[in-house]
Amino acid sequence: MVPVLVLWLAVCLTGTWAVDRGNFKTCDQSSFCKRQRALKPGESPYRALLETMELTNTRLTLQLINDNNKVRLLLELYRLQGNITRVKINELKPLKPRYEVPDVLIREPPTEPLSLLSQDENGVVLSLGSESQRVIISARPFRLDIMEGSDVLMSLNSRGLLTFEHLRMRKDTQADPEADKKEETDPANQAETTKEEEEKVEDGMWEEMFKSHSDSKPNGPSAISLDFSLPGVEHVYGIPEHADTLRLKTTENGDPYRLYNLDVFQYELYNPMALYGAVPVMLAHNTQRTTGIFWLNAAETWVDISSNTAGKTVFGKMLDYVQGSSETPQTDVRWISESGIIDVFLMLGPTPKDVFSQYASLTGTQSFPPLASLGYHQCRWNYNDQEDVQSVDAGFDEHDIPYDFIWLDIEHTDGKRYFTWDPHKFATPKEMLQGLKDKKRKLVAIVDPHIKIDSNYKIHNEIRSRGFYVKNKDGGDYEGWCWPGSAGYPDFFRADMRAWWASMFAYDKYEGSMENMYTWNDMNEPSVFNGPEVTMHKDAVHGAWENRDVHNLYGLYVQMATADGLTQRSGGVERPFVLSRAFFAGSQRYGAVWTGDNAAEWDHLKISIPMCLSLGLVGMSFCGADIGGFFKTPSTELLVRWYQTGAYQPFFRAHAHLDTPRREPWLFGPENTALIREAIRQRYALLPYWYQQFYHAHRTGDPIMRPLWVEYPQDPATFAVDDEYLIGRDLLVHPVTEEGARGLTAYLPGKDEVWFDVHTFQKHNGAQNLYIPVTMSSIPVFQRGGSIIPRKVRVRRSSECMEHDPYTLYVALNLQRTAEGELYIDDGHTFNYERKEFIHRRLSFAKNILSSVNLAPDAQFTTRSWIERVVILGASKPSKVTLKTADGQDSQLEFDFDASMSVLTLRKPGMNAGADWTVMLQ
Amino acid sequence: MSCQYLLLLMLSVGVSTVEVHRPRGVPLSRQFYEEDKPFTCLDGSRTIPFDRVNDDYCDCQDGSDEPTAACPNGSFHCTNAGFRPAFIPSSRINDGICCCDTTDEYNSGAACQNTCDLGRKEREELVKMAEIAKEGFQLKQQLIHEAKRGLEDKKAKLSEIQSSKKDLEAKVEALRTVKETAEQPEKEAKGRHMQAWEQKAIARKEKDKAKMTEVFLELDDDADGVSVAELLSHSELDPDLDSSFTEAEAQVLMGGEDKVDPASFEAVWNNIKEKYLSESNADIPAPVETAQEETPVSDNDSDQYPEDDIPEEEEEDDEEDEDDDQDESDYKVPPTERTKEKKDDDDEGTMPPYDQETQNLIDAQKARDEFDEAERALREVDDQINLEKEISFDFGPSAEFGYLYSQCYELTTSYIYRLCPFNRVSQKPKYGGSETNLTWGKWSGPQDNIYSVMKYEHGTGCWQGPNRSTTQVKLTCGKETVVTSTSEPSRCEYLMEFITPAVCQEPPNLDSGLHEHEEL
Repeated sequence: MVPVLVLWLAVCLTGTWAVDRGNFKTCDQSSFCKRQRALKPGESPYRALLETMELTNTRLTLQLINDNNKVRLLLELYRLQGNITRVKINELKPLKPRYEVPDVLIREPPTEPLSLLSQDENGVVLSLGSESQRVIISARPFRLDIMEGSDVLMSLNSRGLLTFEHLRMRKDTQADPEADKKEETDPANQAETTKEEEEKVEDGMWEEMFKSHSDSKPNGPSAISLDFSLPGVEHVYGIPEHADTLRLKTTENGDPYRLYNLDVFQYELYNPMALYGAVPVMLAHNTQRTTGIFWLNAAETWVDISSNTAGKTVFGKMLDYVQGSSETPQTDVRWISESGIIDVFLMLGPTPKDVFSQYASLTGTQSFPPLASLGYHQCRWNYNDQEDVQSVDAGFDEHDIPYDFIWLDIEHTDGKRYFTWDPHKFATPKEMLQGLKDKKRKLVAIVDPHIKIDSNYKIHNEIRSRGFYVKNKDGGDYEGWCWPGSAGYPDFFRADMRAWWASMFAYDKYEGSMENMYTWNDMNEPSVFNGPEVTMHKDAVHGAWENRDVHNLYGLYVQMATADGLTQRSGGVERPFVLSRAFFAGSQRYGAVWTGDNAAEWDHLKISIPMCLSLGLVGMSFCGADIGGFFKTPSTELLVRWYQTGAYQPFFRAHAHLDTPRREPWLFGPENTALIREAIRQRYALLPYWYQQFYHAHRTGDPIMRPLWVEYPQDPATFAVDDEYLIGRDLLVHPVTEEGARGLTAYLPGKDEVWFDVHTFQKHNGAQNLYIPVTMSSIPVFQRGGSIIPRKVRVRRSSECMEHDPYTLYVALNLQRTAEGELYIDDGHTFNYERKEFIHRRLSFAKNILSSVNLAPDAQFTTRSWIERVVILGASKPSKVTLKTADGQDSQLEFDFDASMSVLTLRKPGMNAGADWTVMLQ
Repeated sequence: MSCQYLLLLMLSVGVSTVEVHRPRGVPLSRQFYEEDKPFTCLDGSRTIPFDRVNDDYCDCQDGSDEPTAACPNGSFHCTNAGFRPAFIPSSRINDGICCCDTTDEYNSGAACQNTCDLGRKEREELVKMAEIAKEGFQLKQQLIHEAKRGLEDKKAKLSEIQSSKKDLEAKVEALRTVKETAEQPEKEAKGRHMQAWEQKAIARKEKDKAKMTEVFLELDDDADGVSVAELLSHSELDPDLDSSFTEAEAQVLMGGEDKVDPASFEAVWNNIKEKYLSESNADIPAPVETAQEETPVSDNDSDQYPEDDIPEEEEEDDEEDEDDDQDESDYKVPPTERTKEKKDDDDEGTMPPYDQETQNLIDAQKARDEFDEAERALREVDDQINLEKEISFDFGPSAEFGYLYSQCYELTTSYIYRLCPFNRVSQKPKYGGSETNLTWGKWSGPQDNIYSVMKYEHGTGCWQGPNRSTTQVKLTCGKETVVTSTSEPSRCEYLMEFITPAVCQEPPNLDSGLHEHEEL
């Protein structure tokens, strides 16, 4: 949600709906970015002092010196388990400590031994363990190269852009009026009068203005920067959140990509402006290798990307190739942050999935959500009162459309006081929640992190009396303007504050809450309507640190504390569900995110795909976009298409702005109701597959919604595709995102693959561009030959109603006539799976035998669900089909064979979904 | 609802409360399930052994073999003994949520309790409703009767008026000719008078020019043309009448020049002559103190997010704005001495009354009066012809809604809502504030019941909302005619509940009503 009044102003004053760019800084308006970017590639002033090198089994330390100002830095280098190299650079003796990001790494990463291969006065060569990987540290100028065999995988400071603005005392200008005067009057002579080693004082180092906001900078300049060269790389991805293509663009002709959590009103598409969340992780990919760079820094960060092949036409590249004159393609990346230290994790792959697991080993994996949260969510700003909630709920039954969650936005509270209810509109919230519970449905109520300053508001009083508010630069409680008017912002950087916040979700503290009520954290960038760039002042204080140092972490902590609260209220039994708008690296551990306040436009529907793909690549799989678009009113066609797309994205929620007309699924005539119902039903039928994907993501860190190149890393045709994607490995989705589309072209990857249309069962070969005619009911989805997908085709009112329903297995055969899949079952809502209470089975088809084998023999769980049907795609007709169950009983199964589509359907085999069995086709 | 579903509904007739052996979830009436005989799917697609009917596996594409959850879009029959039998979608069987007789949850393990006797309360409610509907329906018959009579009356009156209109039109035309003939000499006389007046105007202009020259000389102290400084000595010329007459202001009056010669002084003269006081005139009145109201200055960003409670405040703002405008125009009212000057103008500048001779010529007055009167009569008839408009309204299949025309119904909460059917809907805050109006749009109920909803449109743009607001008025059957509630389901879209006997349907026999399926 976004400031109403800004909307009003935007409409009234500018008459346009686009973002007001003037509210947000460009690199030029951010003094450190401007300073750093002004520095061009060249010889680095830094030199490694090899004589200071210390090498223990797991750690190398070495001092660097800047020959211009003689300030020394300390370099630390670690080899981490799982093919990761960590490089840390800090001042050797900083004036005061510099911020190192806590709570993002799930533990101190375990190290592996480093060994010295050779050393001379020019540098040092270290072995990075087994894989013939080496690090070469060159002394003058300092640079780092990571090699494998004769290939350079990555170089640091090869362009000499390492900078470290050391902390310094402010020169007392009052005491030296002479010098001041001199500078003013005689700038030409300045260079002569200032010693070379002395830092130039530039504008914005000690104070900076943006619009009417002044940023006092008591610590002065503190920016850091480092460049990375990626030889052989033409495709880089990640660093969400930006409303841009999946493949990152070069930034030479504009601003760098910016990472600074901001509440951007009506964001624009296809540009590098900052949005609500920031994950400073970039992936680089070519046909040989995938690597990743994780820049662990929570301050405002800018990322420049350049490439020696950018702008070259395909023909130009070919010419290079023919003439042999081609230089190796290379992408150069430069990270610039306002404060903190350089702490960077080089994830060296080599496969995409290696990088995912490397990153997961550092920051953890996607939380395993309650199954119900994978169903459909019905949201709007706002459902007005309990009656409204009840009638919308009844509408779903009347139109036989399943849903799991209905949402309440800010208007449900008593005057925007979170944890309370409007006494008139929501007088008996438990009654309302019980009504939903009777239908096995749930509710989400919003809790934002700005707290109304009101001495009659318990939450405010407690936070104030405990001193839990963020402070302003002068030591008072920081106050900003947000939904409730004047508001304080709890200091989520304090563990005791977070513990207190979590305790507020206890059933006896949060009045009117029940176990089927969950939480939504919005505005947690944090959004401050009257703050610079609609966020907190950088000189606001969190304990020992300024907001400048920690900014991008605020949202993560809010979601962390809230999720902890939901877990604790059930005594640690129930899984939480928390949706957050702001996020940082590691936020995947706490719940879902969405792409914020989008708009009812076709381009916004399109961009939902690359935005969620980019998030998936950096571990945040539980991603979705507001169905229908938050601002403005979608055409019926757009709304239907958005449901069809959203049904195949991880977080499936419709949402709408307060000013838009109602758009519950049945309001657009019976035909469109039927189309939307069908899209939602397809989602529900596939819930077993989605759930299994989340379990997998939770275990491995693999993205759920993933770009094609992740599964086809050697097929360059997939590298820039972002209008279609995979769910897991086995489903390929190309939603219709064009207005008035009559057809679309989908790329089916894989030279030796076949793909089956999930609706018609028609088989298509891989490695082709397939033209697909579409109608309004079309959602082009394909199942990969070689896969087995479980569905529950008895779609009911809510996911919980389907708990005990039987499964239908869709077995899609590949060219080798084999297939594999999994089936994961647990209770769907508790942490008992951590105590091995689940069923996890491998389903495989080979040599005409389909079998179910236990993948987790030490796990225990019983289910009433059974296998009601097996559909084998690409099959031939058997003469008989025999089922053999664990007790050794054989029985004949009846079957149906559709020769035109080669589809074999086994009727009611009936075995329990958790049992061992085989089915033999003869 | 699938066709098959409808078909099943049509096939079912009544029900017995005695449980007899039958396939679960199938009403007894379904004779097409014959035990121990192969069953052919209702769509004829295939025939299956009877033991596959209702065996929790969907064999028929149309779902006709399974009143269970196995087939999508199927339906299951709950006998609901003691209450009302019902079909529920097959997806609700064994989902852990019970129908009142709990027969749908035979395999879900749900702890269901038979709640069908709770249905009695509903039955009583239904009886009451039916009673109301019955009385309402009788009232409706009366309304229809009255409407029919009223319509006949109106049509008769209309044709009467239409014929008298023709006569009147003829009369008006005749009188117009008379009038125009009589007016001819008057026009000529007026023309003569005008010519004389124009000559006077020329003389006046010359006089003005003379005064201009005089003033030029008076101002031009040093005989080198009038300068800004010389103008500044005349503080009465200060255009904004604040205490200071600045050089910049003076320069504006000078048309941007520092100094003007006599030739170009004319432009300056036009700027100053209204206010100029001769230097020989000693007492210059002090400039009037006008406290220019300052626009509130505020921090840019905080200003972007003014306080809460947006709509009212916006309205207030609007009003303030209007006030401001008025204030500003007040400032433009000239200060006292101008009134004096104006008086001079009156002396010279206004046309004197016609002289007697001319007046004598104006004997067209009588003809004019007669014409006006005839025209007025015609207009009145035209007004009555509004009946035509009224007759043209769609007052329902039997004009039963006609009685609502030209009536208004009110509901007061914190707003006063007023519904004037076929005309407008308005909403006005109880304690001051501007009224929002919407005008009659059309009937907009669902196709099979179009007279159940009225739509009013083209409301004033709602603050920060869509450009136009709409109001739906939902009509329900009752004995009285009354607005019962209003709500705003989404911003600027209002929903009004309105009770009227005119929508009452003939109530079905109560007993058969209870046996009908609620879905119908």
